[in-house]
Amino acid sequence: LSMAGRGRGRGRGQMTFNVEAVGIGKGDALPPPTLQPSPLFPALERRAAPLPGGEEGEYMLALKQELRRAMRGLPYFVKPGAPRRDIERYSDKYQLSSPVDSAIDWNPDWRRLPRELKIRVRRLRKGRTASLVPKKSVALDKEETIKKLESLEKKEEEVTSEEEEEKEEEEEGKEEEEEEYDEEEHEEETDYVLSYFDNGESFGPDSDDNGDEAVY
Amino acid sequence: MTQAELRLCSLLLQEHFGEIVEKVGNSLLRTGPRPLRLLVGDTGLLPDQVKKALCVLIQHNLVRYEALPRGSVEYEARSERILRILRYPRYIYTAKTLYGDPGELLVEELLLHGHLPMSSAVARVADRLTETMEDGKTMDYTEVSSTFVRLADTHFIQRCPTVPEIPQSTKAPPAPTLAIAEKDMYIVPQLSLVGKGKRRHSCNEEEEGEHKAKRQKQEGGRAETAPDDGIYWQVNLERFHQHFRDQALVSAVASRMDQTSSEVVRTMLRMSEVTTASGASHTQPLSSNEIFRSLPAGYNIGKQVLDQYLALLADDPLEFVGKSGDSGGGTYTVTLLGFSQPLPTSLPLPAPLLHRFGSRCARIFRLLLRKKHLEQKQVEDFAMIPAKEAKDMLYRMLSENLVSLQEIPKTPDHAPSRTFYLYTVNIMAAARMLLHRCYKSVANLMERRQHEMQENKRLLDKSQRVEAILASMQATGAEAAQLHEVEEMITGPERQQLETLKRNVNKIDASENQVDETIFVLESFIESTMKRP
Repeated sequence: LSMAGRGRGRGRGQMTFNVEAVGIGKGDALPPPTLQPSPLFPALERRAAPLPGGEEGEYMLALKQELRRAMRGLPYFVKPGAPRRDIERYSDKYQLSSPVDSAIDWNPDWRRLPRELKIRVRRLRKGRTASLVPKKSVALDKEETIKKLESLEKKEEEVTSEEEEEKEEEEEGKEEEEEEYDEEEHEEETDYVLSYFDNGESFGPDSDDNGDEAVY
Repeated sequence: MTQAELRLCSLLLQEHFGEIVEKVGNSLLRTGPRPLRLLVGDTGLLPDQVKKALCVLIQHNLVRYEALPRGSVEYEARSERILRILRYPRYIYTAKTLYGDPGELLVEELLLHGHLPMSSAVARVADRLTETMEDGKTMDYTEVSSTFVRLADTHFIQRCPTVPEIPQSTKAPPAPTLAIAEKDMYIVPQLSLVGKGKRRHSCNEEEEGEHKAKRQKQEGGRAETAPDDGIYWQVNLERFHQHFRDQALVSAVASRMDQTSSEVVRTMLRMSEVTTASGASHTQPLSSNEIFRSLPAGYNIGKQVLDQYLALLADDPLEFVGKSGDSGGGTYTVTLLGFSQPLPTSLPLPAPLLHRFGSRCARIFRLLLRKKHLEQKQVEDFAMIPAKEAKDMLYRMLSENLVSLQEIPKTPDHAPSRTFYLYTVNIMAAARMLLHRCYKSVANLMERRQHEMQENKRLLDKSQRVEAILASMQATGAEAAQLHEVEEMITGPERQQLETLKRNVNKIDASENQVDETIFVLESFIESTMKRP
């Protein structure tokens, strides 16, 4: 292949068409070949036209900035949940609630949305292993002990309903959550396998799903 | 989708909905429609996060879903709708010019929340308006309601598709199929919303509601169910676009002819607002008698004068108005699509050229638009530009793909010496190229703006803290000297820096608005040209 530069001096820049027709006369100097990508900020040859000012422009500008500010404050602005702490710290119990991944702060009309999107916000859960619900993150409640006591009662109910759901899941091959929970708890993930943690509260008959936990 | 559009969509989602929603939106945009579990895998986010993001996106009509036959649900991003976020200020401002403050706030609330029931929208707007009124005064719901009805009547807002009634016996589908008939889209439910706006700090006033809804979903009878439960409203963006296009037409007429003829066209367009289907190439025929009756009150031109104007408009080669018949004193239509020649002022193609390449380039460009094909020599002659300059400009435009070369061979063997080479403008390609550049520009502007804010983050945080301290001090009645001391916490140079930052950010924001105007015209042009019969 005869490349662009090779024919230099011998019939410069030969092209497949008659260059005179497009106005490159004989002997006219052609611009040198480009050897590098074009600059990131090419020089401006002439200044850009001034922005149209005026009342309309000013108002729309204010609207735009106001909208941006407002939307950040709405619940539709999804903030990531609290960063996963590597170690559960004592102070965590006393910190203010951080945004929870599985909480939804507004009330969509669930009738208009596909069922699979309905977010179950779990009430305090203790001792649930990840194997039960593969996609749900294992959560450790970080509320005070009073709530922990309450949760034990709930846990009994929840676990049974969980089992039913599991069966349904297997049948349909799809996750369907039909229960509604309150949206007020705080969950945190730790690296500790929760089944090993036993704070001594769950004395007595364990629920069925804790069979694979080590019981001390 | 082009890379530029993808990048812009990404930035818009991130700026208005946060990074999680952006990740989900991105995944859908880049890889196409997918079900939930693939999205979770692809984005690496937690399932709950993805679900939340999808709820937000669906709420705002940015993502649609479809239940597939095998039971899974597929989600698809609507890129063109995401790009409309850029135009929100323009929609809101237009509503303000047409329907005042209640109109403005209604449209704003609907845009902020995606869709709302009428009762909720009216209540929110009344509260907001009440906040701005003098102490003791409140905004009555009826005024806001009537503005709402007017917005619906002129089709600026419309009902969202509704959930179909499913018989109790059948199993609910995994995803509802929402649908609405065209004729139902603008029917306002008969609510007699009675009440007044509430201030945030004052005590509540009793709201008496005798709400009778025209349609009522059969719910379990919860006490909090609003009477218009299940009926949601959204902004009808297409209608706003129609309005912008009408404005552009009117101003094109005004600059080509005179103020009065533009008023005539404006009147005709106003009369046809709701009777013109979107995508129609002409308005419905209007008789000159009707037009005469509908002219705005301030214009007392005689009937004959009106007829003369109409004749002039119809005769103009640009065919703004066409004569379609003779009944009723002559019937006329306004041409909306398929102009035989590009409108001189509203077509923005020459304008960016003007600024980047100079006015002579723009002259050559317009010349090529009119004459379609010209040889090198002809360009020089018609444009009255010296050969060397003309050549240079043509090559530059050629390298930017704004003009192209058309070969016309004289002999079957296409020998170069015996072939005509004509310059021509491929208008669709040029328009698309410019549009692509616009998307890129806005994305660059946004990134730069975010960069500027990020660079000055420390200073901005400090300034906010000082403001907060000042506000609380003023509330507790501090002395001027103490206030002054707090103000001094921000030094002189820091103030300068803040001023500069504010100026720059304002400039960038205003530029984004400006580019969006160009985007609108280019998109409309491309869309209408493709639809041209």
